[in-house]
Amino acid sequence: MIAEAGLAALWLGAALCALQLFAAAIAVRGESELAAIVRPVAVAQAALTATAFALLIWLFVRVDLSVLLVAQNDYSLKPFLYRFAATWGNHEGSMLMWVTILGLAGAAVAMFERKLETRTLLATLGGQAVIGLGFYAFLLFASNPFARLDPPPAEGQGLNPLLQDPGLAFHPPTLYLGYVGLSVAFSFAIGALVTRDVGPAFAKAMRPWVLGAWIFLTIGITAGSYWAYYELGWGGWWFWDPVENASLMPWLAATALLHSATVLATRDGLRAWTLMLAVVAFSMSMIGTFLVRSGILTSVHAFAVDPRRGTFLLVLLFLYIGGALALFGARVGTVREGSRFDLVSREAGLVANNLLLSVILGVVLIGTLYPLIAEALGVKISIGPPYFNLAAGVPALVLVTVMAAGPLLRWRRDDGRMLLRRVAPAATVALLALILVTLFAPPIGLLPLLGLALAAGLALASIAPLWRRNLLRTPLFTWGMVLAHLGVAVSLAGVACDSSFTVEKLVAARIGETVAIGPYQVRFAGLDPVFGEDWQALQATLEARRGSGGALILNPQARTFWAPPTETSETAIHTALDGQLYTVLGKQAGEGRWQLRLWWKPFVTLIWAGGALIAIGGALALVGRVRRRHRPAREGW
Amino acid sequence: MKPKTQRLTLGLFAVAAIVAAALLALSALKDQAAYYYTPSDAAKAHLQPGAAVRLGGMVEKGSLTRLPDGVTIRFVVTDGGASVPVRFQGIVPALFREGSGVVADGRFDATGLFVADTILAKHDERYMPPQVAGAMHKSKSLAK
Repeated sequence: MIAEAGLAALWLGAALCALQLFAAAIAVRGESELAAIVRPVAVAQAALTATAFALLIWLFVRVDLSVLLVAQNDYSLKPFLYRFAATWGNHEGSMLMWVTILGLAGAAVAMFERKLETRTLLATLGGQAVIGLGFYAFLLFASNPFARLDPPPAEGQGLNPLLQDPGLAFHPPTLYLGYVGLSVAFSFAIGALVTRDVGPAFAKAMRPWVLGAWIFLTIGITAGSYWAYYELGWGGWWFWDPVENASLMPWLAATALLHSATVLATRDGLRAWTLMLAVVAFSMSMIGTFLVRSGILTSVHAFAVDPRRGTFLLVLLFLYIGGALALFGARVGTVREGSRFDLVSREAGLVANNLLLSVILGVVLIGTLYPLIAEALGVKISIGPPYFNLAAGVPALVLVTVMAAGPLLRWRRDDGRMLLRRVAPAATVALLALILVTLFAPPIGLLPLLGLALAAGLALASIAPLWRRNLLRTPLFTWGMVLAHLGVAVSLAGVACDSSFTVEKLVAARIGETVAIGPYQVRFAGLDPVFGEDWQALQATLEARRGSGGALILNPQARTFWAPPTETSETAIHTALDGQLYTVLGKQAGEGRWQLRLWWKPFVTLIWAGGALIAIGGALALVGRVRRRHRPAREGW
Repeated sequence: MKPKTQRLTLGLFAVAAIVAAALLALSALKDQAAYYYTPSDAAKAHLQPGAAVRLGGMVEKGSLTRLPDGVTIRFVVTDGGASVPVRFQGIVPALFREGSGVVADGRFDATGLFVADTILAKHDERYMPPQVAGAMHKSKSLAK
């Protein structure tokens, strides 16, 4: 009965979604009593999908094998956390989560958005319903999560063991909150295009929503990167895998959107461009969903292999992106030009930020889609890290340079010479760092060298806006910007250190042998079998000594899961203040030897620490903005 | 600054940025993109030694040997039609085994041996790289 109740809730939700669209479309045209029902319907719709999602979770936790999806992806011996998280460790469940978050995002707008002009808000909720209908249809007609299986099997087939990790409980929901949260920005843009109401008030209303989605996206990407780093055992933290790019591209667009929305909110500039970015940001989310969920890519994220699903998603993609762009094209002429600014000004700096982010987005998009398009034309090609590191790395370093100067610029008009004086300390620090690294560090590549120098300069420049201010009276969103920019500097330093100073060793070692890696002496002390709830493993005991200190014990494992039968390697990582010792147990190497792969990665943790700082900065800015909204507005924010 | 001049300057900057990005992307694509070959394609293509190549196929049964250093392996990748000898130093993915799908990134040396830098195996029991599936299907229907 639970599965049927879930399906019924989903159908009802879809019906309410249609009603939401209908009522909003009528109400936008003029005075109508239907206007009053749009908000409550949006909330009820969200409640129904959330119910369906909760019921699916319930089925997974109880391991109800008469439901096809549960039988295919669940296993009764798995620990509670993985039975729970297995709900979205598959195609149908993750799409249901997608639709649930879409509904919740719409409901949140319906409940909490009070600043936006009423007609624009109605049009926004209508836009949200249009997106919702397409994805409801996708769920109900092509990806029904509640299909029954008769007769039920004795045991489920289990979850891909690579996904059996606490990361599965957090990474997909946070990433989806960000991904799908951007739908709100998209709907806002649609709403504004429908009512032609684009101005500072619109930007101020949209900004917190974008910020919220962006924070989740940042957390999702950072957490996903660390998950891949320790789970895959390849020592890397970013592989330029299309699936990773699919999460990076909406982030780049959303970052650009945040900055251009600030120009619109503060100076009433960049009107059409901000709308465009709002459309692009969620379009990137949908392209990402298509890449990941259509089965066009083969990766741990791609569950679907049914070609009909890919076609369905592709059609939705064309409808929504094409429709939004057509609306943009038709209406953009009637959006009045915003106000102007000087070439040396905060606005110009933010325009440069937007251009560079768009360039990075462009090269990542080309690198991600080109192999797929080429394959459709009969040429098989793969584009890997060398392309992305160069084509995205160079504009990223230019962006970092602009980023150092941007917050030190004044709005509207500034003096170039004054600016030079303000960035001089940061430039000096960057230059010093450049000289020190060239003189004292082992020789490294040009990009990492520039990265280290710029990171040092940016770190100083990003805290410069706090110079000579009363720190307690500094607005929270200024703190947010400072922390987020500092986070970029920290991450950049981590990336540069990891790519230039990492030491790697691959050996076939006997028990008792000692291997030197970086500052550590690692002794292969033993090898034992160990057992978990649904796996067995060989576990190596490694004693790592640094200088004359005591031994650290690391236990990398080679695991074998029972359902489905799969081998994985579990890394063992020791985190020190100045880096991580990363160990992997490989295969038997003959003559009583075992393969060991060891890395010493100096300052690699800075990468994710920076990501966390960026997210915290975003959260502070969000709190600052929302608090300010509830007080009478002061000029200039 | 006059509105027109401002729009013009902004436009010029944007065009310059886009052209620079396109040039960068194109040059990076030209040097760094690796073409995907199955052993049959590779045999036909007369590949330059040293060019970045992605090789996909199945690990031939009985072809896997381990070199005495304990960390280097040799095996043969086949698609049912042609086959290519491969050398790889490192820990193979957990799902790498004989008779299973594999994708290797690397380059051919002068003797026709494929030196792999990275090896990707299929992610779970139900999945075979689509390119490999396509190639195997082709060579099977040719055999008939």
